Amino acid sequence: MSFDDWILALHVLSAFAYVAGMVVFWVLIVAVRKTDTPDGTIRMGPIVKVGTIGTGIGAAGTIVFGIWLAFSVGGYDIWDGWIIAAIVLWAVAGGIGGRTGKEYTKGMDKARELEGAGQTGPNAELLAVNRTQTGLLLHAAASAALLLILIDMIWKPGA
Amino acid sequence: MTSLLAAVRPHSWNFPLFVHVLGAMILVGGLLTGASILAFARGDVRYLRLGYWTLLFVAFPAYIVMRIGAMWIYSKEGWDDLPAGVDDPTWLVIGFIVADAGALLVLVALILGGIGVRRLRDGRGAGLLKAAMVIAWLVLAAALVAVWAMAGKPN
Repeated sequence: MSFDDWILALHVLSAFAYVAGMVVFWVLIVAVRKTDTPDGTIRMGPIVKVGTIGTGIGAAGTIVFGIWLAFSVGGYDIWDGWIIAAIVLWAVAGGIGGRTGKEYTKGMDKARELEGAGQTGPNAELLAVNRTQTGLLLHAAASAALLLILIDMIWKPGA
Repeated sequence: MTSLLAAVRPHSWNFPLFVHVLGAMILVGGLLTGASILAFARGDVRYLRLGYWTLLFVAFPAYIVMRIGAMWIYSKEGWDDLPAGVDDPTWLVIGFIVADAGALLVLVALILGGIGVRRLRDGRGAGLLKAAMVIAWLVLAAALVAVWAMAGKPN
């Protein structure tokens, strides 16, 4: 394997980590919609970290190794339309992902607040926060952006 | 090698490749999610169930999509039509070994986990779900090796 082959492998592994992190969040989003207790919400914390690590490593790895490949591999240039499109979509996915995280952190904060106040039972307000439609739509939008990146990477329009 | 492969790929290969890669990505995500939830469940029945359902309803269907895409692109690329005496390249062999062994292990994990989930009603079954979790981590690790092999294409 050449050095570029290794970088390509790491780029693809990073993309897998990114999508895996998004899948973690999808499952949590579905699960949290039925969660109305502080304990049930807080217990998701460690799994949220798994998703955060996956998307973090994935986002960093895809852009770093991807840009390296754009400069290093013959036949591709950083200003190729499909590469620019991928970078724009990567930025869009990251930006939306950050907003999604903030939206779902509200539920975790509310759960900690309730637990701190000694309220451990079901709470309608917490359930409403956990069922955030904004968060759901944002995560769907970020997932759509990643799907478009995958399509862009495979079809390479204009290459 | 990298540029050559990218340059010569016909457009008709793109959709099967997309199906294969998307299925594989969701499979890895499903395995990571299911195994993580089971790992952090610490005996909580709700999380044990959630981890198992993730393996069953995310990882397993994704495996089927990944495998359909794999066979489709395998055929499109003409690997099923190699001359006698010519073997599949190493990266493809690694992919097949991981996919076949992974399928068997995922099935074992789903059966063990399914029995475990049923036994949760009687306050048992956590051990079987832990076994399913260990298998899911193993398959995940093997899947990452397969991703490396598929992407880097070692000789």
